[in-house]
Amino acid sequence: MTERRKRFAIETLPGFTAIAIAAFVMLYLPIVTLVAYSFNGGSSVAVWGGFSLHWYEVASQNAAVQGAAARSFIIAASAAAIATTAATMAALGTTRRGKFTGQTFIYLMINQPLMVPEIVTAVALLIFFASIKVATGYSGLGYLILAHSAFCIPFAYLPIRARLEGMDGAMEIAAADLYANPWQVFRRVTLPLLMPGVAAGAMLAFVISLDDVVITEFVKSAGQDTLPTYMLGQLRRAVTPEVNAISTALLGMTVILLTAFFLLSKKRD
Amino acid sequence: MGIGTEEGRKKHQARSGWLLSLPALVLLLVGASGPLVIVAVYSFLKPGEYSGVQWIFSLEAWFKVLLEKDIFDGTISLADAHLAIFWRSAKLSLLTTAVTLVLGLPTAWFIATRPARSRALWLFLITIPFWTNLLIRTFAIMEVIRNEGILNTALLALGLIETPIQILYSGTAVLIGMTYVYLPLMVLPLFAAIDRFDFRLIEAGYDLYASRWQVLRRVILPIIRPGIVAGSILVFVPSLGAYVTPRVLGGGKNMMIGNFIELQFGQGRNWPLGASLSMVLLLIVVVALLIYVRTAPQEDRHD
Repeated sequence: MTERRKRFAIETLPGFTAIAIAAFVMLYLPIVTLVAYSFNGGSSVAVWGGFSLHWYEVASQNAAVQGAAARSFIIAASAAAIATTAATMAALGTTRRGKFTGQTFIYLMINQPLMVPEIVTAVALLIFFASIKVATGYSGLGYLILAHSAFCIPFAYLPIRARLEGMDGAMEIAAADLYANPWQVFRRVTLPLLMPGVAAGAMLAFVISLDDVVITEFVKSAGQDTLPTYMLGQLRRAVTPEVNAISTALLGMTVILLTAFFLLSKKRD
Repeated sequence: MGIGTEEGRKKHQARSGWLLSLPALVLLLVGASGPLVIVAVYSFLKPGEYSGVQWIFSLEAWFKVLLEKDIFDGTISLADAHLAIFWRSAKLSLLTTAVTLVLGLPTAWFIATRPARSRALWLFLITIPFWTNLLIRTFAIMEVIRNEGILNTALLALGLIETPIQILYSGTAVLIGMTYVYLPLMVLPLFAAIDRFDFRLIEAGYDLYASRWQVLRRVILPIIRPGIVAGSILVFVPSLGAYVTPRVLGGGKNMMIGNFIELQFGQGRNWPLGASLSMVLLLIVVVALLIYVRTAPQEDRHD
């Protein structure tokens, strides 16, 4: 393919490369600016006052930010663990076996969070959890963990299913021939082979939970801010580079997890 | 266990398939799908005095989506304020879809025509913003377009303008913001379509004396149409239900449906109206997805 391209340059369309470069600049310029200004020594988001880690210090010493960061982490870790477990089981139940009655329904249910607008799910959960809160008196993080687990399922499911579909059944048959019981086959053969997919799914679920704003904003009880909802609340007041610092920290985490995800999925080939 | 016969094996597979999927289904039912039914029910009730609902059947909330009754003489007219919000939502979502397509098609084309080694890197560069927190990206674009932001600073320095342009808290700001945050959703399906494209068809087009424009319009666009449809729906659907971007960039005056729904559960204190508006939004999205499902398999025959 490369050779042909060198001889004819047929794929060059007028203006396309220029627009593409402009689009990449447009995508990255705001993010780069945001990151740069998080290291701004001055107290304004507009004027550069020299390089400094001042705002990271301010953010990390702010009790509200500490609390929000801890909650974000607890919710994301719990939701990723729950969603990945449920998604792994569902993937095992819906892949590599013949079509069965209701399979389409299961797919539809699993992909539902990708289709329904977040704001609609958010108000639905607001109504539902409000009545449960009144009935039971419980208003802990459980609601947020439940909601996050649910919308993380499709993100965990997709890479696990993709991995499972590409897996050869011969190893499992061999294990069964050697008198391994079904549990041993799963534990010693299927799961280790499936592990890169499971890890990738868990990472995506973690990132998705960590980033959620809308559903969290509606489901949280008083004093249950996560980092994104804390930032949303801050945007109403005067904006300080503290929000830039928090954003950059979250961004760094996302990039690290995504890089790990891509390395894991490359292992597949 | 009845695994011996074909029939028995199928039954067993269906049962274990369902059993294994059960935890995910229960989680989704409690934490996502089930509560939608409650929203549907609430849309047929009367609003409570302060918040919540009274359990009395009423079509008022559905009536109020588009119409209003004059409180003095009882005449019925179109609810102009609501229509303005629907119109703004539809207009901004369609414009966002159009602008992301114009920017996204060349971008996807550019990535797909890179040599194999650098292609993965370009693709990764599109994926990072895609997975980055929507709020952070909205915040980032806000920094650029604000009065003291780099856009105005640059234009002032170049002498193109004398006073900063007020972009923030306008419909334009919401359009720029949504274009920015949803562009990767357009590029990824377009890339998938172009990646499968057989470039020999372009050669054939040129051999038959087509101009570049004709090749684009008559050869490339028809073949990558499934990618265009997929990208457009992926951008249009979240744009229509957008909440964060219009809230942060639009200010109070540029509400979209998502913000209007929230208002009913907050200050507006009309839960049934919020519920009926949510149902309207959901119905529009379902229609858009059905259009997508209907288009996709037919177009696949081109492959």
